[in-house]
Parts: sequence; structure tokens; C-alpha cells
Amino acid sequence: MSEERKKRETPLLDELESGPWPSFVKEIKKADTAMADDLLGVLERSYEEKIGHWKHGGLVGVMGYGGGVIGRYSDLPQDFPEVAEFHTIRVNQPAGWFYTSDALRTIAGIWERHGSGMTNMHGSTGDIVLLGCKTQELEPVFAELTAAGFDLGGSGSDMRTPSCCVGQARCEWACYDTMGACYDFTQTYQDELHRPAFPYKYKLKFSGCPNDCVASVARSDMSFIGVWRDEIKVDAEQVKAYAAGGKLDIQKDVCDRCPTGCMKWDGAALEIDNANCVKCMHCINAMPKALAPGDDRGAAILIGAKAPIVGGALLASVFVPFIKMEPPYEDIKELLSRIWDLWAEHGKNRERVGEFIQRVGLGNFLEQIGLDPVPEMITAPRANPYIFYQDTVEDEA
Amino acid sequence: MSASPRKTDIGPPNFEKFLPPVVKTNYGQWKYHEILKPGVMVHVAASGDKLYTVRAASPRLLSVATIRMFAALADRFTGGFLRFTSRNNVEFLVSDPANIDPLIAELKKEGFPVGGIGPSISNCVHTQGWVHCHSAASDASGVVKSVMDDLYPHFANMDMPGKLRIAFACCLNMCGAVHCSDIAILGIHRKAPKIKHGDVPKMCEIPSLVSSCPTGAVRPATVDGLQSVEIIEEQCMYCGNCFTVCPAMKIADAENDGISIWVGGKVSNARTEPKFSKLAIPFLPNNPPRWPEVVEAVRNIVDAYAGNARKFERMGEWIDRIGWPNFFKLTDIPFTRYHIDDFKHAGETFRRSVHVRQV
Repeated sequence: MSEERKKRETPLLDELESGPWPSFVKEIKKADTAMADDLLGVLERSYEEKIGHWKHGGLVGVMGYGGGVIGRYSDLPQDFPEVAEFHTIRVNQPAGWFYTSDALRTIAGIWERHGSGMTNMHGSTGDIVLLGCKTQELEPVFAELTAAGFDLGGSGSDMRTPSCCVGQARCEWACYDTMGACYDFTQTYQDELHRPAFPYKYKLKFSGCPNDCVASVARSDMSFIGVWRDEIKVDAEQVKAYAAGGKLDIQKDVCDRCPTGCMKWDGAALEIDNANCVKCMHCINAMPKALAPGDDRGAAILIGAKAPIVGGALLASVFVPFIKMEPPYEDIKELLSRIWDLWAEHGKNRERVGEFIQRVGLGNFLEQIGLDPVPEMITAPRANPYIFYQDTVEDEA
Repeated sequence: MSASPRKTDIGPPNFEKFLPPVVKTNYGQWKYHEILKPGVMVHVAASGDKLYTVRAASPRLLSVATIRMFAALADRFTGGFLRFTSRNNVEFLVSDPANIDPLIAELKKEGFPVGGIGPSISNCVHTQGWVHCHSAASDASGVVKSVMDDLYPHFANMDMPGKLRIAFACCLNMCGAVHCSDIAILGIHRKAPKIKHGDVPKMCEIPSLVSSCPTGAVRPATVDGLQSVEIIEEQCMYCGNCFTVCPAMKIADAENDGISIWVGGKVSNARTEPKFSKLAIPFLPNNPPRWPEVVEAVRNIVDAYAGNARKFERMGEWIDRIGWPNFFKLTDIPFTRYHIDDFKHAGETFRRSVHVRQV
């Protein structure tokens, strides 16, 4: 710490430096900047008063972009002048969050020169978050980021930064190239990402299998979950090895836990009724050396997940039960543009697509999008008889 | 003046340039994986090539100094290759197994323990809290640090019946989308914003303030001759959106803000369908710096799950099997009127049968 900077007393926060879990307080101290000093100061004040001291507000950003920077100001600028302006910059992460040490040092260097020295690796949507930037430093940070090959992510009512699981880079269960698809869609929709023009946010997430490691079913307006259509691949010798290994009871831990009861184990061989498999992943998760997804792989597209605000939380629901995920994904992009056109035209301000579908009805939505209803979209047909029939016979007056 | 044109809309760097050679060679050709010990797994490709992963905890809020430390460790042990996970862990991608233990030792020395793979508690995803958010009802980092200090043995060892995913969001906007977690810790405001009428005309644009309210609870009003707004308190559900557009609508309230605990959500399709977390504890006080009530409550739920769930069973699957009355009995958590839904579609959670275990 440089001599001229005043050391603030932070007895409450100092208690969070001990213990086995990595300490964020140590991190703020390690940043070793005047901004980080004041961040620690204002946070200590919050710990004393049990109240936050940040304000949103003001349109801040970089020239030509409407998203990617979130304005943040302290409500105690006189006490903590270094964090009077403390904006967030969202930097679009590389797909799968892969880095080289050089790439990380490049980002660290830019942020050391221009900001607080604090980051989130990563934000909730997936971006690299540069935490705490003064307004005058936004353009210089942006110039250095783009020179280094990085760009901003989304914020506000735009397509938010897409994210994906590790996919085929490391996972044997990935039913399509999640990282390739994520990169492709991100590059295709740079305008939609950087210039908010939607009723509200629109998130895309790519998970390679039904384990859904990026929580796409809970968190994305459009969720691509890898699935397969053919038979689970079985290595019979490895099944026997699991049985002999003693750690797994194949009847109890695998067959009895199958949601459709489609597996039989006679102590020597495993039999799977694949026509009744719902691709839940449990048996494959339990015996990764013996079982694997089939070869006819693709994805299910689900639509409409969101957190509670405004009209309550929603999980995504099945929209396309199976589609091949092949670049350049023209069929999916065509579908996406039809959804965006309809929602942009008729969605209310701050209405996510899931809420829009609830308001107008999935049947109407499908008709407008030009997608046929299929029973895979629902858990059961309606129980209420309030049907708005469209195909009634008119009186000939 | 700079001659180089301003670059825009270049998008993120192509991930391919950040992949280790073993990944490039075996992309899409992985055959199986094994967990070798807590925090360490190996992926084996059809070619026979192996990639070892060492997963370490992170507080998510990282200084550039720590990012440089990770980069230096990657240079020493992985040829410079590393990644982060969807739960904010850092993963070192090791080709030479001889580097695993020295890397783990260095990470431990730096204060970044290894674990979080398999039937364990992985990193707790969380939001900004008082560190950076204007609508936070609690701090995120401090609660997570306190809870994970306490649960650390379950991160470092694979001693849970199944995966246990804990998440924290500091208000019900849930930018951490905690609503499908085994245990969700959620900051809550419980009082409508207090309006500083004198500041409204100076700081805020009334039409955008009125339209910011998702439930229409904010309406234009004249107060003491000044243009301001009023709030219909019964319609407010404490989202803080009005404070976002107008700093005169202060929602934070030191005495009434606090934390609620939700359980039994999941996103995976394994065995059972994805499900929402449901309310376990409606309110616990903010008690910084270590939030002892929250730490105790989470540990109590973890212990009940660990002691009673079957192998592979997630929190929500265990509760569905034993029934909610038994969950409240086993955890000794009081059941209150707040546990009964009264929002849209509330009746869907009322019991319509007499399938009741006598407990």
C-alpha cells in the first residue's frame, strides 16, 4: 500500500479474513488501489449499519453501445470519494470460461491501469465483471479491451451474454458442441447484444446434456439442452466391473432409481428398454465408464425461464423436443427471429418471453411463430373447458 | 489523434485459442471420466489421452493480484491453461499427473482449497450484496464466506448423499437465480420504500418512476404542494425497481431487511424433473459480520439431509419422498402462515388428498 493512502479501520470485515474458505476481504485488500480502500470503507459502513450504500442511475456506457456498462454511484461520495462513481463493466467471457494465463494477465493489466482492481470471475450471467470503474475511464478500458480481442457483454433490455457448459471440450456427455454454438450465436447477434431494443432481457444458454450444468432450464429465455434419440451405449464388461467393485448396487442405486423403470439387472447383464428411456442421465451419471448417450445426438429447445420479477419465477418448457445442432444453425436462427419479432411487437415493457407466453397463451404463441403443437410440450392437456374455438361453423344469415 | 479505427462488435475471443492441446486433439472424443479424489478428476478420450482437472474454491470477488497468481500457477503446472466453472470455481487443466499434488499444495498455501466435485457441496453461487448492489437486502460475500467456512468439510470431502448446491441472492430480483437450488439463501426486504418527497422532483422523472413499478403500486401524487408519488403498500413486493430509477425511494431498512431460506430445488433432469426451491425459513436477521443465525440454519438443514437422504438423492427428492411434514419435523423448523403460497396459482400447492402420514 502506498504511503499517502489512509488506512481505514475495518474491524468487522477483518473478522472475515479467517477461516478455511477463501476470503473476499483479503481480495479487496490485495487489490491495493485507492478505489479498493474506499470500497472496503463503505462496505464496513454497511456492516455497521446493516444497509447498502449504492445507487443506480445515470446512463453511462461506451459510445455506440446501449448495454455492457451498469451505472453505480455511492450515496456517501463525500466520505468515500474514490468510489463516488463505481460502474460495472461486463466483458463477454470466452465460451466455456477457458483462458490462457496470458489472456488473464492481459485483462488484469487493463483493469489495474484503469479501475478498482476488483473483478468477478464471473458474473451470474457469465460475463467477466470488472467491478468499479470511473466514468472517464470507460472509453479507455473499452479501447484496450477491444485492442486485446475482448468486447462487452449485454445489459438492460437486450440479448444478454450467452453462456454454455464445458461441452465437448471436456465432457463425454455433451450431445452437441455447446461452446461452438454459444460462440456462433454470440457473434451472429452482436447488435442485439450491444443495443437494447427488446421489451426486456433475452438470455440464451447452452447445456450439453440433461444435467444442465449452466442451469439453462431455470435461467434462460431460450435453453438448448443436449439430448439423444437412439439407444444408450452400454459397455457390458464395464457394467460388470461396477457390480464387482462393490461401491454401487446396480439394482438399488441404478435400476430402482430409473424414473420410468426401463432397466433390468439380473446380476450379470443390464437390459435397457430404450423406447421408454426419458434421457434423465441418472444411470449414465452413476456409471460413466459403462454407459453413454447414444450416437443420434442433438438438443431440446426450451423457452421462457426467469427469476421472480415481475410475474413470478418460471422454469423453461419444451418448445422443440429434438433438433440437430448443426452450424450455421439456420433453422434455429429463423425460429429465434420469429420469436423476437412477435415479442418485440406485442410484449409489454419488462415482460420476459415466458410471461408473454403465459399472457397470450402457448397455443396462440405457437400459431404466430408457425410451430405445430406437440404433446411433448405439456405434462397434461388442459383440465378446464374454457376453450376459445377458432374453427366453428358460421351462421349463414 | 489515433489513426486506428474504433473497434466495435467484435464479440468475445474465439475459445479455440484458449484450449490446451489435449482438448483440441480430443474435442468431442471424450469417452469417460473418473473422480480420483476430492477436487480431482480425469477425463479419458477415445485416443487414450487423459486430461486431469483440479478444481479449487473461489470467493468469485477476485483481485487482479489473485488472477495473476492463478495465471502463474497455470504457467507452472498446466502449460498456462485454466478455466472457471458455472459455479465460480477455478479449474486447472493438468496434462502431467505428477503436477497434481504440487499444484494442490500451492493452492492450499495461497488459501484456495480444492474440492467441490461429486457428492459434495460445490461453490456457493452468489450476487453482489452490499459490495456493489443498490437493491441488496443483505451482503452476499459475507454470508457466503460465513456459511462456507462452516460447511467447508463438505466441500473438501465427498461425504454427501448426492450433490448439494447452495446459492445466495441478495434480493428477489435474484440475479443469482437461486430459485432452483438445493438450498437457496435469499435476502429480503419487508417494507415498502420510504419516499423522500422533497427529493422526488429534484432527482426523479415521475412518469418513468411510476412505470418502473411492476405491480402498479406507485402512483403520481401531490404531497405538500410538491409533485411526488404515493405507494399502495399492499401491492408492493419489495423488488426495488422504483429505487433503481429514483434514489428518493429508499427501500433498504436496517431493522426489517434480512434473509429467508428455501430448499429442494434442482435444475438437473437426473431421476426427477427440475424443480423450484420452496420456503423453509421465512425470516432470519442480518447479523454481520458472520450471520450466526443463517449459518446455524443452513447447517441444520444440511445435517438433516446428510443423515436421512439416500445415495444420489437430492434435497428436493429426499423431501418429496418423506413428505414436507417430516421435513419440518426432522429439521425442527416451525411451519407458519408464510409457508402457504398466496400469489398466482397458489391453490396448486394446497393438498387435495388425504394422503397424509401421521407424524
